[in-house]
Amino acid sequence: MSRRVRRLVPLLGLVPFFGYLTIFLLIPTVAVVVGAFVENDRASLSNIKALGDDVVLRTLWHSVVLSAESAVIGAVLGALLAYAVVTGNPDGLLRRSVTSACGVLAQFGGVTLAFAFIATLGFSGVVTEAGRDLFGIDLFGSGWLFGLKGLTLVYTYFQIPLMVIVFLPSLDGMRVQWREAAESLGASTWQFWRYIAGPLLLPAFLGSMLLLFANAFAAYATAAALVSQGSPILPLLIRNALTSEIVLGQSHLAFALALDMIVVVVIVMTLYALLLRRTSRWLT
Amino acid sequence: MKRSIKSATLIISIAAMSLGAAACGGPPDKDSDSTSKAASATSAKDVGGMDALVKAAQKEGQLNVIALPPTWANYGKIIDAFESKYDIKINSAQPDAASQDEINAANTLKGTKRAPDVFDLGQSVALANTAMFAPYKVATFDSIPEDFKDPDGTWVNDYGGFMSIGFDTDKVPEVTSLDDLLGAKYKGKVALNGDPTQAGAAFSGVVMAAVANGGSADDVAPGVDFFEKLKKAGNFLPVDPTPATIESGQTPVVIDWDYTNAAETAKLPSWKVVVPEGAAVGGYYYQAINKDAPHPAAARLWQEFLYSDEGQNLYLGGGARPVRADAMKADGTLDEALYDKLPAVQGDPVLPTEEQTKTAAAYLSKNWSKVAG
Repeated sequence: MSRRVRRLVPLLGLVPFFGYLTIFLLIPTVAVVVGAFVENDRASLSNIKALGDDVVLRTLWHSVVLSAESAVIGAVLGALLAYAVVTGNPDGLLRRSVTSACGVLAQFGGVTLAFAFIATLGFSGVVTEAGRDLFGIDLFGSGWLFGLKGLTLVYTYFQIPLMVIVFLPSLDGMRVQWREAAESLGASTWQFWRYIAGPLLLPAFLGSMLLLFANAFAAYATAAALVSQGSPILPLLIRNALTSEIVLGQSHLAFALALDMIVVVVIVMTLYALLLRRTSRWLT
Repeated sequence: MKRSIKSATLIISIAAMSLGAAACGGPPDKDSDSTSKAASATSAKDVGGMDALVKAAQKEGQLNVIALPPTWANYGKIIDAFESKYDIKINSAQPDAASQDEINAANTLKGTKRAPDVFDLGQSVALANTAMFAPYKVATFDSIPEDFKDPDGTWVNDYGGFMSIGFDTDKVPEVTSLDDLLGAKYKGKVALNGDPTQAGAAFSGVVMAAVANGGSADDVAPGVDFFEKLKKAGNFLPVDPTPATIESGQTPVVIDWDYTNAAETAKLPSWKVVVPEGAAVGGYYYQAINKDAPHPAAARLWQEFLYSDEGQNLYLGGGARPVRADAMKADGTLDEALYDKLPAVQGDPVLPTEEQTKTAAAYLSKNWSKVAG
């Protein structure tokens, strides 16, 4: 075997993975990009122009606000929870139960999650009924659960556990010696957090928040199961463009909208990669 | 450099191979003689008469339908009746899908045994896709009114109804007009069946609100304004009503076709249906055969069944108005008891044309987000 061939052998193991990436990531992405610039089988910018439409811009704004809100809430609460876990016994029951629960809940989405919230806070949900019977208050209102506010709440449900999972390793990377060194030099707790732990953890925290943002931005199934009136966020607007029986022939607009989403996610993930590089300098 | 190029070619060729394998699937079965005859038949005569059509369909043994909810226009019973009458198995795919999904499914499954054989479509989708339909005239073709069929039988209206308000008398006061719904008693209780920029039923609901508020099929702006007022009053409930939400009391008022609303009265005795006075907005569905139907004989037999007296009365059983109602009334074959149960319609009914639908759709896609956004 020549040297060149031998060097290729380890790559063979990766072939199925690359094949998978090609079929399920590369080809669809290319199809979306190409499709966005086509109308009536001809090259056209009409769908890209349609992205500047009031409705599309407003929907994009809603998507960004929803993702940002749920990411910030998820990041703050998740970080606090992660810190509480890290200060406990590393092999203790608390840590084990919280991390395994988070592993499950971070993936708990889609129709089941939407149903869980409808059964709890919907028109005849358990909590709504209890509120009516016991306190005489109407938690349901005019159906806020089925709009943007509801989506923020529901998304937060899987954002917090995801934050715990992605942020925990950074907290674990903090060395006890750093704190001891700081204390022996006379630093107060505030000074330790302000000048050492804070700056060290900030990139990881922001990076995790960006990951949460991308996670919410691309989520579809939960919103699709919950929202039936209007298309407040981009993934639902894409569904509308593909399945509407009222406004026809918008499939290429759907491609353009998907392109819009890809651009936002690429920006976010680039920032994430940059922050990650900064963090890994310290916490390895 | 060279090495990376080589591995890249390898990856691409493997990916291409697996794609090719996925795209091929099994070759379609060889057409039998009767099936190929049925595929081009424009009437039962072309196959050799009704008996021959039945035989050919039974040989195929199956029929693929799509987007036919069992509680919609009595399709559950229609499917059962057809299966037991002809001993042909019906594969009902995606009962809750929308009209456009039917066309999408026909395109993606083209050439396979799973493609839909027949369509039941809303107006805009049907008229935009006539090139995909096989013209066929059922035995009762002549008794279908001119305005409700293509002269060649490329599509034929099958059943229709009027926009109505269904409400639970145990939960809300009696509804007599649309304006009633703006009252405080209906807070968070009024649901529309779908998003009007997506679903035909909801779209007609907006047209109805327009007609009731001084607009028309040409001018649906007053309809959007009405729903905006409904939303401001906190009465608009952004939930898609289904039989489950109606029976569990989650959607006490539902704006939908009278036949879907009427189907609930059987299960919920306190449920009432009203077509608001002076705002009768009608709509008919479009039946057609897929040009590339994998079971062409069964598809044609299904049409014969739907437009037979039996099939038409079955639609009526679901509260829908069969397209041959007038002719059947004259012949005495209409089930009068069922017909009398349909909600009363007063005033001239409005049936939006394709052009009006298009204009209204463009207005809605710009302005509906004011209501739900």
